[in-house]
Amino acid sequence: MNQAWILLFLPLAVAAASLLLPRRTALVPWLATASAAATLVLSLHLVGSTGTASFDWASVGGLHLRVGILLDRLSTGMMVVVTGVGVLVHVFSLAYMRDDAAKARYFTCLQLFMFSMTGIVLASDFIMTFIFWELVGLSSYLLIGHWFEKTSAADAAKKAFLCNRVGDFGFLTGILLLWSITGTLAFSSMDVPTSVSASLVTASLLCIFCGAIGKSAQLPLHVWLPDAMEGPTPVSALIHAATMVAAGVYMLFRLQLSLGAEVFGGLAGDVIAWTGGLTALAAALMAVQQDDIKRVLAYSTLSQLGYMVMAVGLAAGEAGMFHLFTHAWFKALLFLGAGAVIHACHHEQDIWKLGGLMRRMPVTGATFLAGCAALIAVPFTSGFFSKELILDAARGHQPVLFWIAVAVAVLTPFYMTRLVIVAFFGGSRSDAASHAREVGPLMAVPLLVLAVPALIAGNRIAHGFAPAVPERAGEFHLNSLFWISVAALVAGSGAAILLYRGKSRDPLSIPLLRERFYIDRFYDRFIVRHLQDSAAAIVHFLDEWIINGLLVDGCSRAAASFGGLLRRMQSGHLQGHAFAFGLGVLLVIYFTVFF
Amino acid sequence: MASLNDYLLVSGLLFAAGLAGVVIRRNIIVVFMCLELMLSAANLSLIAFSRFNTTGGLPDPDGQMLVFFVITVAAAEVAVGLAIIVSLYRARQTIHTDELTSLRG
Amino acid sequence: MPLPLFWLFSTIVLTGAAGVIAFRNPVSSALSVVACFVGLAGLFIGLGAFFVGIIQILVYTGAVMVLFLFIIMLLDLKDEVKRGRSNTPLLAGLALSALFAIQLAGVLSRMPDRAAPPLDPPALAAAASNHKPGGGIATALNEGRLPDTRLIGHALFTRYNFPLQVLGVLLLVGTAGVVALSRKQA
Repeated sequence: MNQAWILLFLPLAVAAASLLLPRRTALVPWLATASAAATLVLSLHLVGSTGTASFDWASVGGLHLRVGILLDRLSTGMMVVVTGVGVLVHVFSLAYMRDDAAKARYFTCLQLFMFSMTGIVLASDFIMTFIFWELVGLSSYLLIGHWFEKTSAADAAKKAFLCNRVGDFGFLTGILLLWSITGTLAFSSMDVPTSVSASLVTASLLCIFCGAIGKSAQLPLHVWLPDAMEGPTPVSALIHAATMVAAGVYMLFRLQLSLGAEVFGGLAGDVIAWTGGLTALAAALMAVQQDDIKRVLAYSTLSQLGYMVMAVGLAAGEAGMFHLFTHAWFKALLFLGAGAVIHACHHEQDIWKLGGLMRRMPVTGATFLAGCAALIAVPFTSGFFSKELILDAARGHQPVLFWIAVAVAVLTPFYMTRLVIVAFFGGSRSDAASHAREVGPLMAVPLLVLAVPALIAGNRIAHGFAPAVPERAGEFHLNSLFWISVAALVAGSGAAILLYRGKSRDPLSIPLLRERFYIDRFYDRFIVRHLQDSAAAIVHFLDEWIINGLLVDGCSRAAASFGGLLRRMQSGHLQGHAFAFGLGVLLVIYFTVFF
Repeated sequence: MASLNDYLLVSGLLFAAGLAGVVIRRNIIVVFMCLELMLSAANLSLIAFSRFNTTGGLPDPDGQMLVFFVITVAAAEVAVGLAIIVSLYRARQTIHTDELTSLRG
Repeated sequence: MPLPLFWLFSTIVLTGAAGVIAFRNPVSSALSVVACFVGLAGLFIGLGAFFVGIIQILVYTGAVMVLFLFIIMLLDLKDEVKRGRSNTPLLAGLALSALFAIQLAGVLSRMPDRAAPPLDPPALAAAASNHKPGGGIATALNEGRLPDTRLIGHALFTRYNFPLQVLGVLLLVGTAGVVALSRKQA
């Protein structure tokens, strides 16, 4: 148990220490990396252990807010993912951020993120989850806005934070609703009494799901995730692909474990599953027309998160968590690969200006291909096993969702193959790409290390580390499902190869998809602008009239007028003063004698 | 024989006259004289109290003592005050109070 | 003090005070003050305070008022110019005095009046027993005189010795201050 507490607080201590260290020292990155490595060792050591420990943080009447650690298969497995990806991202960042002026701030924020994410994973109590949920939001905000001198980065950070706030409002409402139903916030003792009406439970679940919508970027709050790619690429790999965005799925599955899968059977489950399915489809469609290498990956992340959420909604949380486990590795690999490409090509992110990188960056290219293979579910890679389980769960429950999932399974190979062909094959289409050189060992090693779990995490040998393993995980049958997924894979990548091979411009142009179904524009025009205008008006009113007019000017004006009144008395006329003095004497006599 | 209240009335009226002079007159020397009148009014009250409150069959010497001190202090005050007025006149060429308004807020 | 004399001196005092305010020429004002103070000295003496009455004449009327006159002449002050703009100070001053007089009347009407205790020879002789027999005070009292100066001197140099010294210092400081003030500014 003590190890778990150390695991939780070590990153916080390192973050605090980093703040105290002198800014110029090169110590902070290495300290942070060492701390990440230590947490990985601790996590690996904790795998398989169970237990719980907590203490009262605050008590209000019957509401006990507890801070505690819950160790079980789910949390320890998730910790392996978090710290495993975390340490590789730290190592990768050492090289990627070498020339950044604010390196120390970057690594401090990374450590803060590690602390917050560990808190979510180990939380034994819903309130603690919420606290750390907000903390990851904060560290995500800080890291997206790392290059805050760029307006787009600052805006993206704000957008991410605000979108999450919208979801978190529902999340907190849901937590309190759930507390009123079950009377406890601890995961271990949560139980829905039979007397409670099903609609109330559904309402609380849906409210909690709002939190997951925000954090895991599901429709309709998905808009922040693609913009979050303004942050440094290793951050995207760690936070916006592997861990934080998966926190929504993790939290839902944790809830499913506590309350029992049957609670997710009704309307709540349907809403969750359909939200996930539609997000998966919409994001995959949008990814088809993106030109930015990171944005393609971001929409792909959205799409895969949709898969996981759908699985949870279908009461097959194990399948969702298993996909989360495999996805974390290969998506982190893809992002780090993209980061290596961006680093080598002087921050050129447009895939149409890359090209031919496979020859110049063989290690990056090969590992990228491995991650891509896992993502598009090439048989016997990790993604193949986990995706198959989700499709299986969908087929059992909702045939429509199953076909949506299959459509996504076609689209995924299509856009990934497009990305690989355009960026890594053919001829170089810009100076940056033609002068690209293979990255150094600090970047190459994390890629190579990540390629291993990306390929084998679905197999039985890795199941010991997985947070959840469904019944038939890692099994292979030549059934209809297999043929469907292989057909989807072949159709998707085949179409992409035919369409994009040797092209230097995008032969497809679908404005609807390129503009992301106009959702961002719709938000911008109808919600953000109105909100911003009215908020600006309110703020302006408060600032101009209440703060400035009433408080500041009011105070000064009151003082000035009072002073003016007194000033009138200080006429400088001796007689005036004498008169006032005489009146005062009269009053004193009056009050002492007659009053 | 005049009673105590008669003396106090005269004293009070003298004080009122002095106060009126301070308020009305603009020549600072006359204002100063009016201040002396007010001091003297107080003196008259003190002497009257001394006479009407006998101690051991004799007028109370404390009251007269106070008057003695008041006169002495007043003399010192007059000396200093007049010196101030003289230097004021040197500086401003006037001793009219409505022209001496540099204390205006 | 016989009533007619009281009224006479009171009239002198109040008329003099009124004159101070009324005369426009500062010299006339100063002479009114002199008249006022002479009347005041008469009242003092009528109250049996011979010493203070004489001091009033010597110090106030003699020294202080002469100093005033001296300064008035030195500055060569003209008549106060008639107030052009408003009578407000005049009205205010008169109103203030009137209010004060009314209030004074009110206070006095509430106060129990008292007559002066007798100071005739039998009463003085009776008071002699409080003083050292054979001393100057007792002798004078037995003879039916009020040894006013002796009494004040006795009090001054016994009970009021320390204030007297302080007063001396005050006068010294005053003198030094006046010298400092009237030096020509460099």
